[in-house]
Amino acid sequence: MILEIVSSVLVIAGAIFAVIGGIGIVRLPDFFSRIHGAGITDTLGAGLILTGLMFLSPDWTVTVKLVAILVLLWITSPTATHALANAALETGLRPDVDETEEATSSS
Amino acid sequence: MILAAAVAAIIVTMGLALVRAGKGPTVFDRILALNMFGTKTVLLIAAIGFVTGRPHFLDVGLLYALINFIGVIAVLRFSKYGNFADPDRERTS
Amino acid sequence: MTYAAGLVAILAAVWLLLSGYFDKPLLLGLGAVSVALVVFISLRMRIVDDEGLPVQLPAGLVRYLPWLVVEIVKANVDVALRILRPDLPIRPRVIRVRAGQRTDVGRVIYANSITLTPGTVTIDTEGDHITIHALTEEAAAGVLSGEMDRRVTRVEGRG
Repeated sequence: MILEIVSSVLVIAGAIFAVIGGIGIVRLPDFFSRIHGAGITDTLGAGLILTGLMFLSPDWTVTVKLVAILVLLWITSPTATHALANAALETGLRPDVDETEEATSSS
Repeated sequence: MILAAAVAAIIVTMGLALVRAGKGPTVFDRILALNMFGTKTVLLIAAIGFVTGRPHFLDVGLLYALINFIGVIAVLRFSKYGNFADPDRERTS
Repeated sequence: MTYAAGLVAILAAVWLLLSGYFDKPLLLGLGAVSVALVVFISLRMRIVDDEGLPVQLPAGLVRYLPWLVVEIVKANVDVALRILRPDLPIRPRVIRVRAGQRTDVGRVIYANSITLTPGTVTIDTEGDHITIHALTEEAAAGVLSGEMDRRVTRVEGRG
């Protein structure tokens, strides 16, 4: 029973983040900003829904597969996003920005 | 019940991605929307697997996640270089 | 050779976990054949090395990932609230930072962590410089503080 409640909360939260990301991809003004909208659905949307489903797993093999899907999505989605942004940049698409700054992080 | 609501929310998100895929304006907007549509499909397959009580759907979802990634990279290469061949060879010829 | 052995162990574990059958000779046999084939091809492609199989990372990742997940959740909430506000308070900017990691694997982890955190996306990597598109001033400041850079460098260890 408690597991079901935890699962429901996670799944619903994930669904809300997924829809917000969807709104973002429609609402945000330029391509490079829209990437951030897609990022929301891919990270927290997917993460919360899959984690929520884990609590409903009938047996451990299902949990393993959910973890595998989550790990796969979290590794491939930034890679695909970066490839996409980099391709756009190389094609000559420029981000619509307020300012560009040069900086070196302290390391 | 909760899962059905989640399925509905995922479908709404996929619809929003399709709106962006239709509007563009650049080809990269469309690919971004396509990628999002694909990852949402994985979630949809997983959620529907639980709704129908057949978690074996997850194998399909796993495979779909892999193919979606490769597909997006392939479409990117195509839109960038105009073909699926080795880009370096393309540039020199 | 140790990397090949590690690869065998990982592939065998993946096969067993995904199939979930431990007592069907046919499935175990097919698994053994698949593992052998993949290891053979990987050796021929010369990708079985410290980069193809970064055994030095997991120890550091165990400490890094929980921090990263917390950062991702915080950034998600922030960006989600901004998207929902009617006036859409975003101030996109492009920043360049130096990645302090020594290896390519380390830089990939850093660049992917930045992309995984909503509000910041790695749009270009060039040598050890990373170009980032940030959605807001706060997101840009987060990267510029260099905390993630330091933590990823620590994951890398002394390799």
